[in-house]
Amino acid sequence: MYTSAAHGKPTLAVWKFASCDGCQLTLLNCEDELMALAGAVTIAYFPEATRAVVEGPYDVSLVEGSVTTPEEIERIGRIREMSRLVVTIGACATSGGIQALRNFGDVAEFRSIVYAHPEYLSTLSRSTPISAHVSVDFELRGCPIDKNQLLEVLAASIQGRRPRVPTYSVCVECKRKGVVCVAVAHGTPCLGPVTQAGCGALCPLFARGCYGCFGPQDTPNTSSLADRLLAQGMAHEDVMRIYRTFNAASEPFRQESERQEHALAPTAEGEGP
Amino acid sequence: MSHKLTDGGQVLHVGTLARVEGEGGMHLEIHDGHVTQVELRIFEPPRFYEAFLRGRAWTEPPDITARICGICPVAYQFSACMALEDVCGVSVPEAIGTMRRLLYCGEWIESHALHVYLLHAPDFLGYPGAIEMAKDHGPVVERGLRLKKVGNQLMTLVGGRSVHPINVRLGGFYRMPSVAELRGLRPALEQGLEDALETVRLVSTFDFPEMQQPYTYLSLRPASGYPIEAGRVVTTAGGDWDVREWPQHITEHHVAHSNALHATLDGEGPYVVGPLARYTLNHDRLSPLAQQAAAEAGLGTTCRNPFRSIIVRAVELVEVLHEALRIIDGWRDGVPPSVPVPARAGEGFGATEAPRGVLFHRYTLDEAGTILDAQIVPPTSQNQPSIEADLRELAEAWVRLSDHDLSHRCEEAIRNYDPCISCATHFLDLTVERS
Repeated sequence: MYTSAAHGKPTLAVWKFASCDGCQLTLLNCEDELMALAGAVTIAYFPEATRAVVEGPYDVSLVEGSVTTPEEIERIGRIREMSRLVVTIGACATSGGIQALRNFGDVAEFRSIVYAHPEYLSTLSRSTPISAHVSVDFELRGCPIDKNQLLEVLAASIQGRRPRVPTYSVCVECKRKGVVCVAVAHGTPCLGPVTQAGCGALCPLFARGCYGCFGPQDTPNTSSLADRLLAQGMAHEDVMRIYRTFNAASEPFRQESERQEHALAPTAEGEGP
Repeated sequence: MSHKLTDGGQVLHVGTLARVEGEGGMHLEIHDGHVTQVELRIFEPPRFYEAFLRGRAWTEPPDITARICGICPVAYQFSACMALEDVCGVSVPEAIGTMRRLLYCGEWIESHALHVYLLHAPDFLGYPGAIEMAKDHGPVVERGLRLKKVGNQLMTLVGGRSVHPINVRLGGFYRMPSVAELRGLRPALEQGLEDALETVRLVSTFDFPEMQQPYTYLSLRPASGYPIEAGRVVTTAGGDWDVREWPQHITEHHVAHSNALHATLDGEGPYVVGPLARYTLNHDRLSPLAQQAAAEAGLGTTCRNPFRSIIVRAVELVEVLHEALRIIDGWRDGVPPSVPVPARAGEGFGATEAPRGVLFHRYTLDEAGTILDAQIVPPTSQNQPSIEADLRELAEAWVRLSDHDLSHRCEEAIRNYDPCISCATHFLDLTVERS
């Protein structure tokens, strides 16, 4: 459906902002599908894989990473203008990533902790998702993204349909796989009830509680889960920390971590909400 | 692109460096046919890991610092585990160390196969990338992808997934893989070992520019075996010290043109970490099979030509595939997946060999296990001064090339180091100034 007249095949571009490269590596990790993909689309811009560049516009732009510098705000604007579809890949591009922990702190102080000459740096006080700056056609979750979900999104983009990516919770995946509930059976703190599926219930399969790397599911009840974790003996500080990791700036997780933070440090009006 | 300066000098500006992990560029100034200034510029925006680790719990750095690099997350996880276990006075049982080594073998296979076949080989065979290279060298690219896949399979089995594995914790793992699961990977690993030996043969036929590096090499060296997940620090300058002495030997500097900190050894300037350093300092620790492959590829017991690092990476592929098979064959079920690591106040140090070189972590904890201070020294920031020194020498020899050819050759010299720019920030766009 989306084809670029100049090439006869849809063109794909891969862009990087503040990130670890892990999500675009996921594209190169499609070892069995990579050559077929290179046959189905023109890989027009993907500097991590090739120095060959086909000029835009592009049919599909995959964007990895969050916006953290003034230059990046301008760059994402230019990418949006030359792309039919903008698809964010991973927690950084979709919610700001682990580097959004700066949003809860003081960046001036962060700079001086890491760098002897903070004046050499150009950086913003907040790490923000791509959607805070331009319209995004689809947001693929995960830290990192799942290979099969990426292939589904690429196939859907080429075929001009909506990707089939579930928005229910990790709990549904656990039940489907017949994994014993680590929270109920072992009292292990688990973010599965509020986290979007997509990983295949990986952590519970390894006898570990979910740590929320796919971000909040559709309409999560973060407070109810927090109350249960508190009742099981976790401190407010620990509950705050588990909501404040790779999707710390996603709205539901941000609100819950701040609720816990307020409970931890009473405000002038007394206890927090 | 190049443009004249008002003082008669000339600048060559090359866009984002391709086929490296992360974002960076390079700036060259050439006056009267001589290179006067070389700067590797790291644009990768700072993410402030060392700052936001403060106030986190002692159990969190393995998962958090993995996100520094999607290519070598296991390196971050294990350097963090070692440093935090050091603070808490815990040393893990030998079997847990062995399973860590196996997971790390998976990361080396995946990362080295990615670099040798997808990032570096196209330079030698004359293609912009592996996908274009596949049109003429289909079986070669297929072999590279097969090797990469078996590395990822090993990481997925032991770690849960290949990017940011979920099965690593302080004190060990959440779940141990069974002998039956491990043996299931044997046929793919055996094919991988054949592919690795074929890789050594292939890359040994490439044309390499002559170059001898005078730099000091630094690597780990364990009590036995090739350095991967542990060891003392050794250097070609005769250094041999415990990882705990790192701060007394290594100094980091912040320079204006880079968001990565530069490191120097004993105040004496550049040193090199990574495959060349490991090989030169630990050739005697390679398996006879890897030693034989190296000899047949024309490598001596040391290697000081950074362009030949692709052969050393291929030899290391042989080593870690052989090692993975050895570990799997010796594994017995019934090892408890982890030992407890209760918090304790103090300072701890940890270093492991990431595929691209030594990765150092240091943490200070209070008695509740809250992180007071964290320091991370990634391999690319240690190599950055040496990369610049290489470029200064090479650009001087290549100064008569066109800007286009010069920038391509310089990019190739940078790729010798398999730089990981995402890691180093705290890297490439090339500019050349001429007069």
